[in-house]
Amino acid sequence: MMIELTQENYEKEVIQSELPVLVDFWGIRCARCMTLMPAVERLAQEYSGKVKFAKVDCPKNRRLIVSLQGEVQTLPTFLFYRDGEIVDKLVGDDVTEADIIASLEKL
Amino acid sequence: MRQQDPNRRDVIIIGSGPAGLAAAIYAGRAGLDTLILTGMFIGGQAATTDRIENYPGFPKGISGNELTDLMLKQAERFGAQVVNDQVTEVDLLTHPFGVKTASAQYESKALIIATGASPRKLGVPGEEEFIGRGVSFCATCDGFFYQDKTVIVVGGGNSAVEEALFLTKFASKVYIVHRRDRLRADDILQKRVGGNERIELVWDSTVTQILGDAQVSGVHLKNLKTGQVSTLTADGIFVYIGNVANTQLFAGQIELDEQGYVITDARQRTSINGVFAAGDVQERILQQVVTACSTGARASVEAEKFIAELEDRAYPGFSIEY
Repeated sequence: MMIELTQENYEKEVIQSELPVLVDFWGIRCARCMTLMPAVERLAQEYSGKVKFAKVDCPKNRRLIVSLQGEVQTLPTFLFYRDGEIVDKLVGDDVTEADIIASLEKL
Repeated sequence: MRQQDPNRRDVIIIGSGPAGLAAAIYAGRAGLDTLILTGMFIGGQAATTDRIENYPGFPKGISGNELTDLMLKQAERFGAQVVNDQVTEVDLLTHPFGVKTASAQYESKALIIATGASPRKLGVPGEEEFIGRGVSFCATCDGFFYQDKTVIVVGGGNSAVEEALFLTKFASKVYIVHRRDRLRADDILQKRVGGNERIELVWDSTVTQILGDAQVSGVHLKNLKTGQVSTLTADGIFVYIGNVANTQLFAGQIELDEQGYVITDARQRTSINGVFAAGDVQERILQQVVTACSTGARASVEAEKFIAELEDRAYPGFSIEY
């Protein structure tokens, strides 16, 4: 299961998380985001207990995006957090499931 | 009509844009065992289009992703199987045709290539470097990041102008940089540009470099008539200068034209019997949802005929028994 993030719960669910976190920044008009989503949801189950999976519906959370100060400017973007810090980032149409797995394994 | 071997199909369709989905609807209804391998973008380029106003049947227009989602459901309803996977290799020189993906291997009696086209890049310094930091090829994906900012759209065709208009919902200023002194876009779109205060046209100019540090800060422009070089400040660059056919998988196996598009005849046949192509991958004149659908339908009907012939009698050139 993936946690739906908003500006209200970002601090608690991501920054203060004990587990490492994958954040999937997506939007309905982003075909690559929508194509990857089932794979990300499957990985969320596989990594259950090891990595927290969360997602941001970007067009609906523009203030949150602004508060991230330019980290997210293109969809899809995946941010990987450990101890509240961004430790890895995947951006753009070329991102594959294999790339996401590689980043998860490094967390 | 499911076959015993889970990896052997009547028809495999590579690509899930309108061409591939229309082909799947027809193939499914014809009772063919049909597999769609979606590729990187379910719905194709159409799915990233903000509003499609010229596809018949939707008088108020429809968003691209809604339209392709409906097509996908329609294809599934008629029995087409949709697998979210990328094709890595094809073998079209033996029959049945071989299709390898990231996670499986398939065989099919007929193949429909509907891999579409991808946005052409500018090929200037800074472009690759700033993808995700101000350079984008999808206004509907990334436009909202530019609330109250200044953006540049490069190009002068329908896509460039439609996306520039879309971007005015967010950006306070949208420059359209075009290498000619008039737009190629349809009249209706040109009128909307003329009536939009946020849009400013920069004629006869090309982008020669994308500038920035951590983020895009602007571009270098060259005026093609005067040769004058200038700098235009902007937070984002959206590139809409046409498409490149996605045919890398097939090069060396089927005939492509000098621009890399698949060569098809009026029946969507390629240079190999049993391999058909539909949609933008073979369309150089009118890359639209309606033409993609029509060629997809035709490819599918031709694939059905091909299989029928194959099964009634040995097909010339092949000695295969099903």
